[in-house]
Amino acid sequence: MLKVAGVTKTFEGFVAIRDVHFSLEANSRHAIIGPNGAGKTTFFNLLTGHLTPDSGSVEFEGQSIAGRPPHRIVRLGIARSFQRINIYPRLSVFENVQVALIARERRHFSLFRLGRPLYREETQELLELVSLADEAAGNAGELAYGKQKQLELAIALAARPRLLLLDEPTAGMSPQETAEAMRLIDQITQARGLTLLFTEHDMGVVFGIANRITVLHHGEIIATGAPDEVRNNAEVRRVYLGTDGHGAA
Amino acid sequence: MSGRVSLAVGIGILTLLALLPLAGSRYAIDLATQVLIYCLFALSLNVLIGYAGNVSFGHAAYFAIGGYACAILLTTYNWTLALALPAAVVLSGVMAAVIGYFCVRLTQIYFAMLTLAFAMLVWGVAFKWREVTGGDDGLTGIKVPTLLGNATSYYYFTLVMVASGVALLWLICHSAFGLMLVAVRENAVRAGFVGVETRRLRWVAFIVAGTFAGLAGALFGMYHRGMYIENAFWTESAQVLIMVLLGGMYSFFGPLIGATVLYLLQVATNQFTQYWPTVLGLILLVILMFLPDGLAGLAARFRRAGGRN
Amino acid sequence: MTLTVFALNALYGLALAMNMFVIASGLNLIFGVLRVINFAHGVFYMFGAYLIYTVTKLWGFSFPVGVLAAGLGLAIIAFFIERLLLRRLYGQEHLMQLLFTFAIVLLMSDAAKMLWGTDQYTVGYPPAFTGAVNLGFVVFPQYLLFLCVVGPIIAIAMWLLVDRTRWGRVVRAATQDREMLAALGVNVQMVYSAVFVLGSALAGIGGALAAPRLALTPGMDATIINECFIIVIIGGLGHLWGSFLGALAFGFVVQFGTVWVPNWQDVLPYLLMLTVLLIRPWGLLGRPEAGR
Repeated sequence: MLKVAGVTKTFEGFVAIRDVHFSLEANSRHAIIGPNGAGKTTFFNLLTGHLTPDSGSVEFEGQSIAGRPPHRIVRLGIARSFQRINIYPRLSVFENVQVALIARERRHFSLFRLGRPLYREETQELLELVSLADEAAGNAGELAYGKQKQLELAIALAARPRLLLLDEPTAGMSPQETAEAMRLIDQITQARGLTLLFTEHDMGVVFGIANRITVLHHGEIIATGAPDEVRNNAEVRRVYLGTDGHGAA
Repeated sequence: MSGRVSLAVGIGILTLLALLPLAGSRYAIDLATQVLIYCLFALSLNVLIGYAGNVSFGHAAYFAIGGYACAILLTTYNWTLALALPAAVVLSGVMAAVIGYFCVRLTQIYFAMLTLAFAMLVWGVAFKWREVTGGDDGLTGIKVPTLLGNATSYYYFTLVMVASGVALLWLICHSAFGLMLVAVRENAVRAGFVGVETRRLRWVAFIVAGTFAGLAGALFGMYHRGMYIENAFWTESAQVLIMVLLGGMYSFFGPLIGATVLYLLQVATNQFTQYWPTVLGLILLVILMFLPDGLAGLAARFRRAGGRN
Repeated sequence: MTLTVFALNALYGLALAMNMFVIASGLNLIFGVLRVINFAHGVFYMFGAYLIYTVTKLWGFSFPVGVLAAGLGLAIIAFFIERLLLRRLYGQEHLMQLLFTFAIVLLMSDAAKMLWGTDQYTVGYPPAFTGAVNLGFVVFPQYLLFLCVVGPIIAIAMWLLVDRTRWGRVVRAATQDREMLAALGVNVQMVYSAVFVLGSALAGIGGALAAPRLALTPGMDATIINECFIIVIIGGLGHLWGSFLGALAFGFVVQFGTVWVPNWQDVLPYLLMLTVLLIRPWGLLGRPEAGR
C-alpha cells in the first residue's frame, strides 16, 4: 500500500533519516518504534507531506506522494494525528469534526450557503464513535487531555481514510486511558478495514496491537518483522537493553 | 448572539435607519451616510482580520480602487451608474486577487508589511497618474445620476447597498467557507491535514475583503463627489483597522460598532480641536492596554459578569 | 547619457542610499530582535530632523552637536516609550504591537505640530561641507560625499557590534529564542530596551543627516516609513547586509528613475520590491520564516 525507497532527510547537516526502505501491507497494523530521537516523527512527517525528503521516493498505491502538499495527500486517503495535540482549540468540539467533513466533501469554497447545517449527522456519529457526543458543544481547548486525543482521532477519521497514521496516540495518557484508547483504535480500524501505521513508546501497546513492527535507530531501520521476530532480534535487544532498556517489553 | 436575536436586532436597526430621514435633519442624514460607508469598509476588513486571522495594513487600497474606478467611469467615460458601480466593484476584487496572490504566500507580520507596501504602490500610482486620477488635487466633480442627486435619495441608495453588503458578508462569514476560514486561523497545519488548501482559502478571503472595500469606496466617492489620494494613504488603512479593533474583531457585528463610534467621535472631536490624531492615538492606547478584544469583547465580559450575579 | 553624467547620478544615488541605510538599519534592527514593525520610525526620523534644526539654527550649536543631540534625543524618547508602554505588549499578537507604534505616530506627529508648527524649515549644509569636491571625473557636493562615507561606517560598526561582541551574541540569541535566553539568566528585557533605543537613535541620526538635503515639513515622516519598509523587505527582514543592499538598490532606482522616468521615480522602488518578492519571497538575503 505504502512504499518508501531510499529516503534520506537531513537538517542542517544532521541526518535524521538515512536511506530508509520500508513497505506497508494493506490491512496491517504496523508499529514504528525506536528510542527517543530515532527519527520516528520525522519519518511520519515525510510520509504526510509535512516534510520533503532530500532523496528517495514515497509511493502510496503506486502514486508518488513525496513532498506533495498535505491537502493532496489527505485526498488520496491518508489521514494522520499528531504527537502533540493538534486541534482547533477555540472551535467547539462539534465544529472540529464538522470542519474536517466540509474539507473532505470539498465544500470549503462554498461561500453563499450556511455552514452550520452541513454534515450534522455524520459529525454526531463520529463524536459518538469516540465517546465525545456529550461534550460536542464545548470548546475543544477545554477538553481533558485524553479527550482531545480522541477528538484528534475523530478528525482523522472524518477524512474517511484508508490508511490511518497515528503519531504517539497514547502520549501523555494514564495507563487506564491508554488501554481505553488502544481498545478504541483497535475496534475502529477493524470495523472500518483501515490500515494502521503508528509510532508508540509504550511497548505493551505496541506488542498488544501491532502485527508488524519496524525498529528505527539513529534514522536507520534496524529490524522489521512480526512482533516475535523483532522481540528476539539481537540488534534490537542491543539497542534497547544495551543503552537504557527504557520501556522495553 | 444567536441567529434569531441578531436577525431581530438587524431588522430593528434597519427600520430605524430607514425612518431616519423623517427626522428632517440634513446633518443626521449626511452623518448616517458616512457612518454606513465606514461600517461596510470595516466589516470587509474583518473578513481578513477576524475570520482569516490575517492582518492587512493596506486595506485602503481597495477602497480607493473602487472609489477612483467608479468616479472615473462615471465622470471621464460617462458610464451609467448601473454599469460603473459593478465594474468598479469587480475591478477592486480583481486587483485584490492580483495583490492577494502575492500577499497570501506570507503570513503574520510579513503579510501585514506586504499588504502595506502594495497599498502604498496604489497610493503612489494615484498620486502620480495625474491625467487619470487628478494626482494630489484629487478627482473632483464626479457626476452622480440626478436620481441620487439629493442627500436623502443618496442616503437610501447607500443604505440599500450597505445593508445588502452586510447581509452578504454575514452569509459568507457563516458559510462553510467562513467556518473553514476560522479553522485555518486557529490551526493552519491541522486544516492542511484535513484536506484544505489553506493558501487558496486565505486568497479567496482576501478577494472578498477587497471586493466589499471597493463597494464602500465607490459609495464614498459618489457621496463626496470626489476621491483624494489621502483615501489610499496608509493612515487610512490604519484608521479602518482601529475601527475593527475598537469594535472587536472576533465578533461579526463588532466592526460596525467600532466604525460608528470612531467616526462619530472623529466628527465630534473636530468641532473642538484640530488634534484628532492625538485623540485617536490615545483611544488606541486605551484599547491596546485595557480593551484588547474591543467594545464587543467588553460587552461580552459585562454580560458574563451579569450572568454570574 | 555620458559616462560622466552616469557617474554623477550613481554618486547621487549612493548618497541617497547611504542616508536611507542609516534610517532603515534602525528599523531593521528593531524588527530583527523584537519582531516589532515600528511604524513610529518615520516620526522618530522627523524628530531627528527637527531637533538638529532647533539645536543648530535656533541655539547656534555646531552640526556634529546637532547630530548627537538628535540621536540622544530619540534615544531618550525611545527609552521611555519602551519602558513605560511597549514592554507591556511583548507577549501579545503582532497586530497589537503594530497598532501601538501607530498610536505613537499619531501622538508624536501632533506633538511635532505643536512644538514646531507647520512652517517649512531648512538646515543647510554644515559649514565644513558646503563646497564641492573634484573627484577627477566629476565635481560632487562635499556633504553628499560625507554621507557616502557615513553609511558604510555605520554598517561596519553595526556588524562589529552584532557579530563580534558579547552583547551582539546575546542580541542574536534573543532573536532565536527568548525563553532559552531568559532561562540562562540573561536579562532579555534589558536587551530589548537597548535594541529599541539604539534602533530609534539611528532614526534620529538619519533624520539629522537628511535634514541638510531636504526641506523640513510636517508629513515628512509619512513617506519615509514606507521607503524604509521597502528597503528592509527587499533586503530580507532582520538582515543587516540585506538592508544595506536594499538601500543601495533603492538609492540607484530612485536616482536613475528621476533621470529616465521623471515623476514616476517614487513608484519604481515598489516595482523593484515586487520583482524581488516574486523571485525571492523572503528578500535578497532573507530566510523563510520557518518555525515561526
